[in-house]
Amino acid sequence: MKLKQLSVFLENKPGRLRELCALLADNGINIITLSLADTEQFGILRLIIKEYERAKSLLEGKGFVAKLTDVIAVEVKDEPGGLSRILQIEQEAGISVEYMYAFTIKSGENAVLLFRFDDMDKALDALQASGMGVLHSLELYQRAES
Amino acid sequence: MHAQWNDRESLVHPASAPDYIREEQLRALQLQRLRAITEHAYAHQELFRQRMDERGIAPADIRTLEDIQKLPFTQKTDLRDTYPYGLFAVPMSEVVRLHASSGTTGKPIVVAYTQDDIKVWEEVMVRSFACAGLHSGDIIQNAYGYGLFTGGLGAHYGVEALGATVIPISGGNSERQIMVMRDFGATAICCTPSYFLHLIEYAEGMGIDWNDLPLRAGVFGAEPWSNEMRQYIEGRTGIKAYDIYGLSEIVGPGVGMSCGTKDGLHIFEDHFMIEIVDPVTDQPMPDGEEGELVITTLSKKAMPVMRYRTHDITSIIPEKCECGRTIRRINRIARRSDDMFIIRGVNIFPSQVEAALLKVESTLPHYQIILTRTGGMDQMEVQVEVTANVFSDTVRGLEAVHKQLSDAIAHILGIRVKLTLVEPNTIERSMGKAKRVIDKRS
Repeated sequence: MKLKQLSVFLENKPGRLRELCALLADNGINIITLSLADTEQFGILRLIIKEYERAKSLLEGKGFVAKLTDVIAVEVKDEPGGLSRILQIEQEAGISVEYMYAFTIKSGENAVLLFRFDDMDKALDALQASGMGVLHSLELYQRAES
Repeated sequence: MHAQWNDRESLVHPASAPDYIREEQLRALQLQRLRAITEHAYAHQELFRQRMDERGIAPADIRTLEDIQKLPFTQKTDLRDTYPYGLFAVPMSEVVRLHASSGTTGKPIVVAYTQDDIKVWEEVMVRSFACAGLHSGDIIQNAYGYGLFTGGLGAHYGVEALGATVIPISGGNSERQIMVMRDFGATAICCTPSYFLHLIEYAEGMGIDWNDLPLRAGVFGAEPWSNEMRQYIEGRTGIKAYDIYGLSEIVGPGVGMSCGTKDGLHIFEDHFMIEIVDPVTDQPMPDGEEGELVITTLSKKAMPVMRYRTHDITSIIPEKCECGRTIRRINRIARRSDDMFIIRGVNIFPSQVEAALLKVESTLPHYQIILTRTGGMDQMEVQVEVTANVFSDTVRGLEAVHKQLSDAIAHILGIRVKLTLVEPNTIERSMGKAKRVIDKRS
């Protein structure tokens, strides 16, 4: 029920993000969603891509440092309180969020929240025990494409 | 132990015999050769004769080895000022080969060899390879550049004289280097340590597993490198990394070599007489103390070099080596006084930065130092390439790496400098000597 996220190291210099996007586009790779964490020094680009293995080797072939990490995708109704509920569950389970980002899927009503927790297994158990809509990677890819 | 080279079972080449002779015998041989070379240089090298005359010294004044201290030093500028042939001490008809070092500024320096000089060079190269346990049957890939640079041909003829097989591939073209290394079954490689680092990455990018290759030794030299770098290379590839020392002005590679038993490099003292002097006062320093290495060629006829100031900082290791060689060792040369730069009043050597970076758990061998001046203040930036090992998908994780590296550098240098994590392959790869410092000041 965990999902693979492709993380890429980016130097803070003009044009680097565009080069990366162009490389993926030229190879027909679609980015489902992404988030960019940046500091004064560097950036970390986090990508959700269906063909993550192919994307990883393409990027590495061009000299990028990339690695795969697990994240958890939770589908919630796109309405007030959705995120708060999840954070409460994890807080009660004693788990912290390392980072998160969100996107709404095409059909409109629902949002997908992507999480990296400090303890991924425990976080997953807590979410499932509370009946939250944890998405399987296939489900996420389907939702994104539909 | 002295007769190791006589042992038919032993793999040490007979040419290594002088490495094991008794110390008194070695010193007697040195004195005899020092007196002969002083006579020869005095008779045929105008600059040397002038300087001797100015000091009121004659070759006959050299009666003991300590008397070498009476002789004038030779500086690198002397070799430049007499460009191209001013220090040759034999007629051109006896010179069989020329080499030249690429001067970073101005003219190169030219060095010459007679047929006998070439023989001596081959011999010390054979002894160097023997230090690395190489022998007939080994296949040695020579990735030093062929040409005016002494590294290429020096190693080449050394391998042939050893009776091993040389692959004269020269430097560059990394893909072909790896293909040849694998397909030809190279058991050893000669190149600069920085180029080998590049080959390591390249090979791993090609999906090469070092365990599948017969490569077991690397003979690395032509630039200063740290002990941490040696450990990194050995840990990453499983080969044994040896340090070969030499300089064109003296002979090329083959002045000294590490034996892998103990620290340091054995100097082939029967051909190269070593002293350590205080670089500022020029006074001789006792064994064990650090100073500038000074070398006198004891047998080079075409162009004897008397008391050459190498600018390499090291010390003589007085203790005997467990390998059985009686010739003395010097400590690994990680610093050249030429490489030193000063930031905010602190003397810094690139190798200190290298050692700091490699001490941090996840090793990062690719770095560059950039010096700038803003508003009269010198700034030093260290750029380090991020590798998959240290890359983290969290900001906190990467900042922790950044802090660890900054702290390690600050700890060694005593000052805080700017550290920048850069993407892989953004620092230029060298096929020969690595350019570690870019000085944009002035």
